[in-house]
Amino acid sequence: MEENKNSRRKFLGRGLKLGLITTIGGIGLTKLATKLNAKNDAHSGKIMELMTTDGALIQIDSSEVMEMDHSQDHDKKYNVREGFPNRKFVMVVDLAKCKNALKCQSACNKHHYITGDNAWVKVYKMQESKDTAPYWMPTTCQHCDKPACVTVCPVDATFKRRDGLVLIDNTRCIGCRFCMAACPYSTRVFNWSEPKQGETSEITMEMDIEHHGHAASDPDHAGVPSIKGTVDKCDFCPHAIQNNELPHCVTACPNGVFYFGDKYEDTVNNGEETVRLSKLLTDKAGYRLMEGLGTEPSVYYLPPTNRLVDFEDGLEHYPEFQSVEKP
Amino acid sequence: MKNFDTLIKDLAPKKFGKRGVIWIGFLLIIIIAGIIAYIDQIIKGQVVTNMRDYALWGIYISNFVFFVATSFVGSVTVAILRLTNNTWRTPLVRIAEIIALAAIIMAGITIMIDMARPDRILNLFIHARLQSPITWDVIIIPTYIVISLLLLYFPLLPDFAILKKYFKTKQPKLSKRYGFLSLNWIGSKAQKLLQEKSIKIIAFMIIPVGILLQTIDAWLFSTTYRIGWDSTNFAPYFISGAFVAGVGALVTVIYVVRRFKKLEHYITGSHFDKMGKLLALACLIYLYFNINEYLIPAFTAKKGEAVHLETLFSGSYATLFWFVTIVGLIIPILVLLFKKGRKPLPMFFIGLIVVIGSWWKRFVIVTPTLLHPFLPIQGVPESWHHYFPSLHEWLITVATLAMALLIITLLVRYLPVIPIQRTADEQGLLKIDKNTKS
Repeated sequence: MEENKNSRRKFLGRGLKLGLITTIGGIGLTKLATKLNAKNDAHSGKIMELMTTDGALIQIDSSEVMEMDHSQDHDKKYNVREGFPNRKFVMVVDLAKCKNALKCQSACNKHHYITGDNAWVKVYKMQESKDTAPYWMPTTCQHCDKPACVTVCPVDATFKRRDGLVLIDNTRCIGCRFCMAACPYSTRVFNWSEPKQGETSEITMEMDIEHHGHAASDPDHAGVPSIKGTVDKCDFCPHAIQNNELPHCVTACPNGVFYFGDKYEDTVNNGEETVRLSKLLTDKAGYRLMEGLGTEPSVYYLPPTNRLVDFEDGLEHYPEFQSVEKP
Repeated sequence: MKNFDTLIKDLAPKKFGKRGVIWIGFLLIIIIAGIIAYIDQIIKGQVVTNMRDYALWGIYISNFVFFVATSFVGSVTVAILRLTNNTWRTPLVRIAEIIALAAIIMAGITIMIDMARPDRILNLFIHARLQSPITWDVIIIPTYIVISLLLLYFPLLPDFAILKKYFKTKQPKLSKRYGFLSLNWIGSKAQKLLQEKSIKIIAFMIIPVGILLQTIDAWLFSTTYRIGWDSTNFAPYFISGAFVAGVGALVTVIYVVRRFKKLEHYITGSHFDKMGKLLALACLIYLYFNINEYLIPAFTAKKGEAVHLETLFSGSYATLFWFVTIVGLIIPILVLLFKKGRKPLPMFFIGLIVVIGSWWKRFVIVTPTLLHPFLPIQGVPESWHHYFPSLHEWLITVATLAMALLIITLLVRYLPVIPIQRTADEQGLLKIDKNTKS
């Protein structure tokens, strides 16, 4: 009995090894065969001239050239988790121009049907120290390239796209709020209760949903509608980008504070002018919030120098305890 | 020396007295109130809590951390005392395991109470992402529940067989159930060998798993950028804190069980003395980590950290902070240094304040940090600048504590809280085979 078992085990072991060798050998042989095939009509004498992706011209024997299948939907089909192909969205906020008009906030609140008490776009009253000047600082989601929120999400509800956006799938979110704890910019808000849009905005929201033709609760159009017990935040308005429009805060700002654009194209636009991103950032010494944390935000700030308006002017509509107007 | 019969009589589970029934009823009322509050929370959303976008975690999380910490007692007493060959642990281990099991089960439930969408709980498995510390928790908590359960169950097997025999004529139904649970234990050599081996494996396993559990719990906080959480010290700080909470809970429960089950002969003053020394050791280690966590950072505090520490030392959380530090940690150390302080009754009170201190300690760890974000709190209602739990949160949290006590009470009621077989073996009362054959 004992011996029988042993011999069977040996047999199985040997069989396994044999199988493994056969497989590896088989793969090796096929590889070799393809190599041989390619060299069958070697040195046809015809030389082809080709350009590499970095622009250098090279010569190559025509027999080395093989036709390749074109990928079918590569870079064309839109995938909500991948984003717009070959784009990298960035924002520049010029603090010198901001005078706390709060139009960005109200436009964002309106277009994203924000129902809670905490707006996605905030304008902070800032002062680094007693002797330095106070200034107004608008914040959106920073759409970090190394987003702390995405790392800690247990269910992949919040995700980073190739086009730079950090979005939330609020049909998947389990409401653990770990992302909110992880975000150093306090940008995320939570739907503590059933979002109540009010009758009129509910009707417009329905129309909005129909107009865009997307399913309800689309990460591409956050807040339409919001869902109880899930996290919301600024989405950089991919629903507007899709129509070649600027995000709502950018167009709403009367002072041209926000520039939005594409890092690959190296251009940003504030609704009035289109400028070179790199030039703007070098000329005006752009910086990012809490660079030291290493989150690599997609939002750049220009320091509040040479301001056109007094800081105090903004104080008149500075509601300390409110960011969403209630009807 | 007593004989085996009195031993069984002393240690076999007894029916609840009048006080026991009242106690169970009391716990049930609290639990029902908590369940009603929870259902209301499900319907209305977490708006019924006082958590908001800044204080985004509250007592549900600190209570969860407390339960996780308390469950560490299973690893400490059973495994570590076993490894170090401390035989005085015998009458204490089962109660320790019962506490650990109850605490870790309630930790699992409490973390689900904090989830705003418990209906989507399966997403944690369907869409699990390994880099999230929550996923690590999803793995480690069930693991710890299973190991704790086995560590409680395996040593119980011979006792179940004894109880089956003991209740055969008196309560045949109960006897049948014990018999079922005893898995046909007859005390044969092969069985004993297997049991011993299994217990050994589990006892070895529970140490790394227990340490991992506390570590992951600490990482839930220290993997964020938040001031006060972003600390490399956090995992050992949590482990040592769990040591304190666990042994504190053990002392308290043991005192009560000993009193109501009249086990003074089995759990003696010397046991309390030794537990007192263990608790003092735990508190001293924890004090060391507290100094590392709060005092030393004060020397090089960056601006944000300075604000945070100031809130704790002299600001709005100062009362709580000094309560948990002085009453919950320093006073116990001072009292436990004296032999008189390690007598049963003073030990009970020390255990109690250690447990209460441990509970509030977690509150002090979770909440103040959240109210000190990097950017100032602006544009939100004034009430969002502070946090104190709402009625719903209290009802639900107290209910989870009551549930833990209910689990402990029921297990203490139906299981022999002191291992009968082991005590008999150690006291050399009888030959085992004769008595366990049913």
